[in-house]
Amino acid sequence: MRFSGWRVLKEGLTGNKGWAPHWRNPEPKPEYDVVIIGGGGHGLATAYYLAKNYGITNIAVLEKGYLGGGNVGRNTTIVRANYYLPGNSEFYSHSLKLWEGLEQDLNYNAMMSQRGVMMIYHNDGQRDAMVRRGNAIINQGDDAELLDVEGVRKRAPFLNFDNNRFPIMGGLLHRRGGTARHDAVAWGFARGADMRGVDLIQNCEVTGIDIDNGKVRGVQTTRGVIRAKKVALAAAGRSGQVAALAGLRLPIESHVLQAFVSEGLKPVLNHVIAFAESHLYISQSDKGGLVFGSYLDFYSSYAARGNLPMVEHTMESCLAMVPALGKARLLRSWGGIMDMTPDGSPIIDQSGIEGLYLNCGWCYGGFKAIPGSGDAYAHLIATDRPHGAATKFKLDRFRSGHGLMDEEGTGAQHNLH
Amino acid sequence: MRINCPNCGERDRREFYVKGAALARPAAAAALEAWHDHVNLRDNPAGELHELWYHEMGCGAWIDVCRNVVSHAVLSTALASAADLGGAR
Amino acid sequence: MRISGKGLLQGARPVTFSFNGRHLVGLEGDTLASALLANGVHLVARSFKYHRPRGILTAGSEEPNALVTIGSGAQSDPNIRATSQEIFAGLEARSQNCWPSVEHDLQAINDLAAPFLGAGFYYKTFMWPAAFWEKLYEPVIRKAAGLGALSGLADPDACEKAYAFCDLLVIGSGPAGLMAALTAGRAGADVILAEKDARMGGRLLAEVEQIDGLSGVDWVAQVLAELASLDNVRLMPRTAITGAYDQGTYGALERVGHHQPRRDGLPRECFWRIVARRAVLAAGAIERPIAFANNDRPGIMTASAVRSYLNRWGVAPGQRVTVFANNDQAHHTARDLVEAGVHVALLVDSRHDAPDSDLYPVIKGAQICDTSGRKRIDSITVRSVKGEQRIQTDCLAMSGGWNPTLHLTCHLNGRPQWNRDIASFVPTPGTVPGLACAGACNGTFSTKGALREGAEAAAQALADLGVQSARPDVPEAEDDPYNITALWAVPGKGRAWLDFQNDVTVKDVKQAAAENFRSVEHMKRYTTQGMATDQGKSSNVAALAVLADATGRGIPETGTTTFRPPFVPVSIAAMGAGAAGQAFRPQRLLTSHLASKEQNAPMIEVGLWYRASYFPTKGESNWRQSCDREVELVRSSVGICDVSTLGKIDIQGVDAAKLLDFVYANTFSTLKVGRVRYGLMLREDGFVMDDGTTARLGDTHYVMTTTTAAAGQVMAHLEFVHQVLRPEWDVQITSVTEQWAQFAIAGPKSRELLNDLLDEPIIEANWPFMACGAVDVLGVAARLFRISFSGETAYELAVPARYGDALFRALLQRARALGGGAYGMEALNVLRIEKGFLTHAELNGTVTAFDLGMQAMVSKKKDCIGKAMSARPGLMDEDRQRLVGLKPIGAVQQLSNGAHLFKPGDPVERVYDQGYVTSAGFSPTLGHSIALAFLKNGADRIGEEIRLVDHMRGIDALCEVVSPVFFDPEGGRARG
Repeated sequence: MRFSGWRVLKEGLTGNKGWAPHWRNPEPKPEYDVVIIGGGGHGLATAYYLAKNYGITNIAVLEKGYLGGGNVGRNTTIVRANYYLPGNSEFYSHSLKLWEGLEQDLNYNAMMSQRGVMMIYHNDGQRDAMVRRGNAIINQGDDAELLDVEGVRKRAPFLNFDNNRFPIMGGLLHRRGGTARHDAVAWGFARGADMRGVDLIQNCEVTGIDIDNGKVRGVQTTRGVIRAKKVALAAAGRSGQVAALAGLRLPIESHVLQAFVSEGLKPVLNHVIAFAESHLYISQSDKGGLVFGSYLDFYSSYAARGNLPMVEHTMESCLAMVPALGKARLLRSWGGIMDMTPDGSPIIDQSGIEGLYLNCGWCYGGFKAIPGSGDAYAHLIATDRPHGAATKFKLDRFRSGHGLMDEEGTGAQHNLH
Repeated sequence: MRINCPNCGERDRREFYVKGAALARPAAAAALEAWHDHVNLRDNPAGELHELWYHEMGCGAWIDVCRNVVSHAVLSTALASAADLGGAR
Repeated sequence: MRISGKGLLQGARPVTFSFNGRHLVGLEGDTLASALLANGVHLVARSFKYHRPRGILTAGSEEPNALVTIGSGAQSDPNIRATSQEIFAGLEARSQNCWPSVEHDLQAINDLAAPFLGAGFYYKTFMWPAAFWEKLYEPVIRKAAGLGALSGLADPDACEKAYAFCDLLVIGSGPAGLMAALTAGRAGADVILAEKDARMGGRLLAEVEQIDGLSGVDWVAQVLAELASLDNVRLMPRTAITGAYDQGTYGALERVGHHQPRRDGLPRECFWRIVARRAVLAAGAIERPIAFANNDRPGIMTASAVRSYLNRWGVAPGQRVTVFANNDQAHHTARDLVEAGVHVALLVDSRHDAPDSDLYPVIKGAQICDTSGRKRIDSITVRSVKGEQRIQTDCLAMSGGWNPTLHLTCHLNGRPQWNRDIASFVPTPGTVPGLACAGACNGTFSTKGALREGAEAAAQALADLGVQSARPDVPEAEDDPYNITALWAVPGKGRAWLDFQNDVTVKDVKQAAAENFRSVEHMKRYTTQGMATDQGKSSNVAALAVLADATGRGIPETGTTTFRPPFVPVSIAAMGAGAAGQAFRPQRLLTSHLASKEQNAPMIEVGLWYRASYFPTKGESNWRQSCDREVELVRSSVGICDVSTLGKIDIQGVDAAKLLDFVYANTFSTLKVGRVRYGLMLREDGFVMDDGTTARLGDTHYVMTTTTAAAGQVMAHLEFVHQVLRPEWDVQITSVTEQWAQFAIAGPKSRELLNDLLDEPIIEANWPFMACGAVDVLGVAARLFRISFSGETAYELAVPARYGDALFRALLQRARALGGGAYGMEALNVLRIEKGFLTHAELNGTVTAFDLGMQAMVSKKKDCIGKAMSARPGLMDEDRQRLVGLKPIGAVQQLSNGAHLFKPGDPVERVYDQGYVTSAGFSPTLGHSIALAFLKNGADRIGEEIRLVDHMRGIDALCEVVSPVFFDPEGGRARG
């Protein structure tokens, strides 16, 4: 069924009885060309692009819970292409371009809103780092603009300019960045994949990966054995566990990152704003809720929840940097499980086992990567060659030290991101 | 979240810095593969994990904390000096 | 309307407040909701999506409808639940999300368009043309969305935060909570009793019943009096427990001044972190509405809310009340109304076996299938075996049963269990370690049962803690069975509301199911059910029951969504309290801070420290003039700079040298006493962590300096290396950063200045470059280091911090006499760039010793942290970006930090990127700009031309690649 304004009108006039299911509930078949483990944003997008770009449609996406129930359903929805290290630069640039046509491509309104991402700097050192970043963004062909304090004030007059422990000096504006409706991204890709014949199988947990002579043969699941020519991991925070089923150890620690939403409020924030000093990032959803977050809780965790110290740090940052939000009320807090790599950058690569592919290590930046990751991973699975925009996301970089991408500069070592 | 410091007793999480998995350092002469394993690869279990915590805002002790990283239950804590993580000298 | 002689506010003082500009009078102890109802005001708000007129549904914090804004200007406080907000003299409240008024709201037109605005409609449209999303559709949607408005001004009100500790935290002060607190209090345990309401007592305040022969209210008063008399019990009314966290930590929000006129010094709210060894959850239950067509009109309330307004506040919410129920408890509403003299037109009970009454008419086995009345209900339509009949009414009390308030038990990912007998979810024991449930929140709905469970839960908690307790007798009280037959939604046409605030109807949930959003999480997200400010407290269970029905599954298989903190919304001001303005982080001030400010030096943040940026003198109008002068005075006479922010770590012990050899790439065991050496420290992954100088003061005594930024990190690292990796070593490590004030004295005249100041002049032969030792300065024992970060003959003089101010002033005075003066961060930076010295601009976490040309410092003779991994091929690759100097070619141009480098002639695109500039400045010494940069294979490209491009600042300059040491490369000046 094709969605459109006319369809909404027509259905509205006829009692909304004609809406079809967004996707089927197929029983798993005994064998597929490709089995994707993980029905989150990355897994669904990969299935979609495999079907759309490579004509591979005999695919199952196996999801142990419900589609889009992982990090794609519990993030702060920020989309941007403002990375500065080679590898990340071209990848996120590619991903943003896919975001820009996503609704029309998927025939699904994911509400990608290019309202601009403004990173705030508070001192010379942060400014210089942002200049380096801004120049890298321009050299990549994307957009960035250095703002002085008046430039920031014009766009966000309610920030704390005058009485701030870390006075605001300026910002880096990335106009094409913004936010999207996270659930709709998952559903749009799911629907698009399903329409092209992909089997989306929910409540199906993978319990084993069958490998024979160094070649993958299929998976064991809570819904039976499924044979597959190729098996592709897209399990985010659970990547370590799933890889262990194939006897692999990954350079990944799972951590919890909390996110927060306030009660609905009339529009107050236009841009996505991120502060270099406290790591606070904040935007306002179309529904009116302020959506915000800051650091990881920093301890290893598989609980999709966190603790008070980081909740309070985030609220303190809010009050310090945006005191006009004092009377906004925190409505809900939650956590996502982040697959943290030593250098903070992801992996899209072959695993060393024939037919088994890895897509993991998205750390806390996986949402914006969804279309790019799906496209690049599909390319890798279909052709056994890395996609041109994702040539640097190699697993071996940690062993060799070649091409580490430590955007934060905190160290290519666990616990520093 | 509270951690039991062997020196100070139970204290709020915000007194501590956490470094991550408690792993024995390879011998100096170990092969690169062993170092790669030590620095980069992780079991990352969804269950019990020994971690190193530092009582930074307290007594300054490094502590070997065994937690269940699914339930966040703290199962045991001991001074890390007893954990023998220095590797072959 | 207030009924005289009824309720608990007898004799209370009148309070004047305003609502939508109308001045009204309530009583002290009223909530805004009870006061509005007493004044006959039912239309309070508009719904989120359809802007339907809405009244007051509940009498508690679960209220979805009656949200208002209170206060004005910067004090404007949106989304306040009228059912929780107490009135006070001068309270201004107004409706929100309506225009021009709540009576006449133009956006109510959305209601007519409802067929087109069903579940998820926005995912299916607004896609063409693509550019219209940001330009047209989204701005309209955003403007329409949201509830209350923030003022846009900084919050002027203060809040507080606090910690508390107790043996037993009792959450809720109804019968179960009071018995728990009493049991633990009498046993001498340290008890906190937290109640979100202003008044303790829970449902006992709202019901007509007896406990041990006393009225419920009198029994409450008696228990509270005893609790108040116990020193070990802390009563915390107006305190909502907001979240359960790990190891017995609970968040709590106390309304301190939020219910009163503003007073100086009175915080609005206090956010508590309560650490409890055990907790009893006695949070009661929340009554749920029934879904039927047009069940959302003002005047339609939960049955328990009607009883609360009647029995507690003495307010009759209508003159001709009807009741719709599926359980026995709701019959109390009709009974209490009749006994208070209010006419009950009809009680409709969906059960065929419902009890009869002499006091009011009852229709059994019937349902309400529609209502009418735009701004207040005026009739209901009852469907029974006899057909449909319309009954006039101005207030409908409905009850679909009760949902235990078990939210906190789910905060650590616990899932509740379905209990068929009471048609509700009940807590799963043990989901929050140390927390037990008692009373209605545990699915035990009789008063006697609640009293008993409260006492038992406390006794068990005390037993766990090893505290002896006498089990109090459980008082006599109502112990009726809870008779209920589930009814979630009345079949029929028309929209039947589940989530009142977000306008989610039964149709929406069914449509979601039809579109295969069958998972309860999918349904929630697709319809927005339960995502409003009430988080579905009264509606989630009914919605999932409708979903279960629509998908042909049972309720337990359908499952619930997850309750997450906070239980009640918490203001950012409360949870962020203490961080406003300058207080976000501590301020670390140097001993020279005051003297520097007296010199009009702008102070800039360096981590938590403040350092002088430059010291302007007369006639200087910008920082560059001051900076140039300060550089020149260091190069030509003598400059003084406070360098105390550098981390200083005292390392002593027999094995101190071993430790330093292990943490530094280079060797320190060979350093002679009285000498200083530059050291490079690696992380275990082989990258550079930090650098600095370390002095050997004695055989077993070193003082290490770190960069300002890394002081804390290095201290933790040293302790890690010692305690975890080499615990057998005898070494003690102490941070002494704040114990010593240290000043650089740099320039050709530095020795002259120093000898004027020291008690005994130093002899040059004894104090070569990189010497250190003890000296006396103005009678104070000090440390002197002959080290230089400027490339000049220089010393750093350290005294105990208490002498810092005096010493800085003395140094300054003598420096001036010699034609020198103070220099700040700007000049310090230029001086060190001229010499190619490093700061964290270069040591940015991603560089290796190889990149810095320092690979030879990684000693081959010993192990050190990071040695093995620094030998990875990727860390020594020729093509890595390596440190170089840059100087402009041709006309002097500005070079800038963060600019990227390209080969002249190459396109300025990422794939041609050769590196970037880390530090740049104008060198007054050399008369042109200079820069440090990381350039691909830079060390082998000295003499090449390179193009520097900074799009951000519009700089495009041709440069020559040069050595990173611009000035005095032989180092003769520092040694001289």
